[in-house]
Amino acid sequence: MNVTITVNGTPITADVADRTLLVQFLREAGGLTATNVGCDTTSCGACTVLLDGESVKSCTVLAAQVDGSAVTTLEGLASPDGQMHPVQRAFHAEHALQCGFCTPGMVMAAVSLLAENPDPTQDEVRAGLEGNLCRGTGYHHIVRAVLAAARAGREPA
Amino acid sequence: MIPAPFTYRRAGTVAEALEMAAESGEDAKYLAGGHSLLPLMKLRLAVPEVLIDIGRLREAAYVRDEGGHIAIGALTRHHDLATSGLLASRVPLLAYAAGCVGDPQVRHRGTIGGSLAHGDPAADLPAVILALDATLVAQGPGGTREIAAADFFQGLYETALAPGELLTEIRVKRPESAGWSFQKFTKRAIDWAIVGVAAQGDRVALVNMGMTPMRAVAVEQALAAGLAPEQAASHAADGTSPPEDINATAAYRQHLARVLVGRALAQARARG
Repeated sequence: MNVTITVNGTPITADVADRTLLVQFLREAGGLTATNVGCDTTSCGACTVLLDGESVKSCTVLAAQVDGSAVTTLEGLASPDGQMHPVQRAFHAEHALQCGFCTPGMVMAAVSLLAENPDPTQDEVRAGLEGNLCRGTGYHHIVRAVLAAARAGREPA
Repeated sequence: MIPAPFTYRRAGTVAEALEMAAESGEDAKYLAGGHSLLPLMKLRLAVPEVLIDIGRLREAAYVRDEGGHIAIGALTRHHDLATSGLLASRVPLLAYAAGCVGDPQVRHRGTIGGSLAHGDPAADLPAVILALDATLVAQGPGGTREIAAADFFQGLYETALAPGELLTEIRVKRPESAGWSFQKFTKRAIDWAIVGVAAQGDRVALVNMGMTPMRAVAVEQALAAGLAPEQAASHAADGTSPPEDINATAAYRQHLARVLVGRALAQARARG
């Protein structure tokens, strides 16, 4: 079927099989490969993207289900002049990664978390990221980065 | 890993969904948020020929005060239940339990109707609607009917819904007793409950203790007979045949049921 999804502000149209997953659409039709396929079973969160501003696991959404919707992937976070998103900057500054495979999903889950709760406690950050697994168990720096991004968001630029 | 091939159809209204189901026959399934169905389809444990996407029926996504009861549209997402001020004040058990389902991403997609119609005994919300003694509203080719929660779950992944019938609303009366508790025992936050307990007053239901979500009848009878909560809780596993899996033996699940029902009753009484 013909599916159009606005990805990072740009409409992408493709004729795909009905069973095509959103993550396949993004990677194969969109050529956007920051979104990783990890467990493929709705557990690990590596494929997390924003659907109309909210985090979802793109391995468990059909492209057809979100025909006409807006999706943001990691590639869409930086501003057009290349300036990184505050959450990306915080992940960089706090060294919130080990191998980096979970990082795109972690960043997108953190963006969604901060949109819903701009001033989270450490416990709220941990609960807000419970859908994302880091198999290097580097959670401590990730939590620190999300708290740093929240602080940066509260300070005048 | 992708599902086996199927034909995707999108319904714009409840009436259209019912028509599509009638046309598509017995191998059609309704698709709401897809967070129960799509994982099963990837594993080929479900192989529907037609998926009827009802995910855009915004007419069926609401939480409303209807005076005598709270009406919840079947397409209401877990996230919207968990953040509903109306539910937090009137049916806090449901709001709290919805916030325990899966993880934030799952709660942004999964719906209460999808979870109930899936009929998984390991899911959280079926036990909650049993403890709330809710009424489910279904629409089918023959019209609309009400189904008591106690009659809804009939077997593993089997409900009282007839083929083509669509769960559209859940109705919850103001609980007679204000005390409530939801206990969920997991190894990781995102997992299914190894065992769970929903309690509203002296009505108690169990997660993952058999082929269906179920009321803890022996506990309720013991409470009605005047036993203290801690004595009543010792009957939590009476008559149950819980599953054995990588997480727990049946005996361990029965032990957990007794412990968690004890905690649930204590918390519900403290809140009541």
